[in-house]
Amino acid sequence: MIPVAFDYELATSAEHALSLLAEHGDDAKVLAGGHSLIPLMKYRLATPAVVVDVGRLSDLSYVREDGDHLAIGALTRHRDVEVSDLVTANAALLAEATRNVGDPQVRHRGTIGGALAHGDPASDIPAAVLALRGTLVVQGPSGTREVAVDDFFTGFLETALAPDELLTEVRIPRVPDARWSFQKFNRRAQDWAIVGAAVLVAEGNCGVGLVNMDARPVRAVAVEAAVKSGASAADAAEAAPEGLEPPGDLNASPEYRCHLAQVLTRRGLEQAGR
Amino acid sequence: MTINGTSVSADVEPRMLLVHFIRERAGLTGTNIGCDSSSCGACTIHLGGEAVKSCTVLAVQADDCDITTIEGLADGDTLHPMQQAFHECHALQCGYCTPGMVMAAVSLLDEVPDPTEADVREGLEGNLCRCTGYHNIVRAVLQAAGDQS
Repeated sequence: MIPVAFDYELATSAEHALSLLAEHGDDAKVLAGGHSLIPLMKYRLATPAVVVDVGRLSDLSYVREDGDHLAIGALTRHRDVEVSDLVTANAALLAEATRNVGDPQVRHRGTIGGALAHGDPASDIPAAVLALRGTLVVQGPSGTREVAVDDFFTGFLETALAPDELLTEVRIPRVPDARWSFQKFNRRAQDWAIVGAAVLVAEGNCGVGLVNMDARPVRAVAVEAAVKSGASAADAAEAAPEGLEPPGDLNASPEYRCHLAQVLTRRGLEQAGR
Repeated sequence: MTINGTSVSADVEPRMLLVHFIRERAGLTGTNIGCDSSSCGACTIHLGGEAVKSCTVLAVQADDCDITTIEGLADGDTLHPMQQAFHECHALQCGYCTPGMVMAAVSLLDEVPDPTEADVREGLEGNLCRCTGYHNIVRAVLQAAGDQS
């Protein structure tokens, strides 16, 4: 499988990438690690006229503490997130979700920013960032803006990123004392989740992000509310599919996905000490 | 780029995949194409010292990078310890997945020098063997880890 021909532009700085995006607009796609985009291009489901490669912008690969949150560069590879002591100490849920992405080869190439900017409801990373209430830093022609992760995913493979914007940083509130669980149900080791649940319980607060339970990555807000009002794990988890429209495919019907969401959310809440 | 210590230079279309560059331009056909969809791991090589699936990397993304393929592991007639362990443990049947398995296994031991059996099985989750030869493959990787420590 070979992609449709395209023009290749290698960005030498974030500013250079932005000027290339401004020049090519809707015709361009940003290439980071390429482990979401290149498969789509090989299947010819994506046929960008121009690919802007930001993969060499090593100054966008970092994990550091910044006050009450962790700042993770958008080009930080999954492997680097997975083994980061800072991530493990301050947001272990994200480290565990990252360990669940694909396989080691995929994690050597794929990036946290790429996984988020792709906006795939079947991806593990968005669910964890939703549960952790992350913030995304976006650079555009008129400067930098911050987008709460709740406002970032707008539809199937669609995000709040404009064609001329670049995701540069992911901010994750530090929750060193939180209890958490990442539950993933799939049939083969390296597959996407049929359904997954990222659960965080911290200081009377609760965050639940679901994988593959709607057209976009979503939070289970009804579960979070039930936990806050004191419901048991089993009772709260019943509400997991509320208001969601999970897809049906060869692996699972929407009804089965709703069942899985309840089971995985209950297990997650129990493991996180509810 | 540099492949197995030798500089290789060519003008390519941006859409050329790294695995095609390695096989067709560099003439190194030890790296196999299996599923062509980043599932099976047959095309695993080392890019900058780490295992990656070369069917999911553009050749231009590896411009100026250091690449090792299965042909680059042995030292002359002396097999790499991982190759030797695969040989001794009969860790193959048809052999199609073997180059990718070996490259993934070498990368795994770089990251986890003293793995448990579970570490090995999980570390090779990106490589499929359709002869169901996993048992001996896992034995080989554990033997190579033991020899190395």
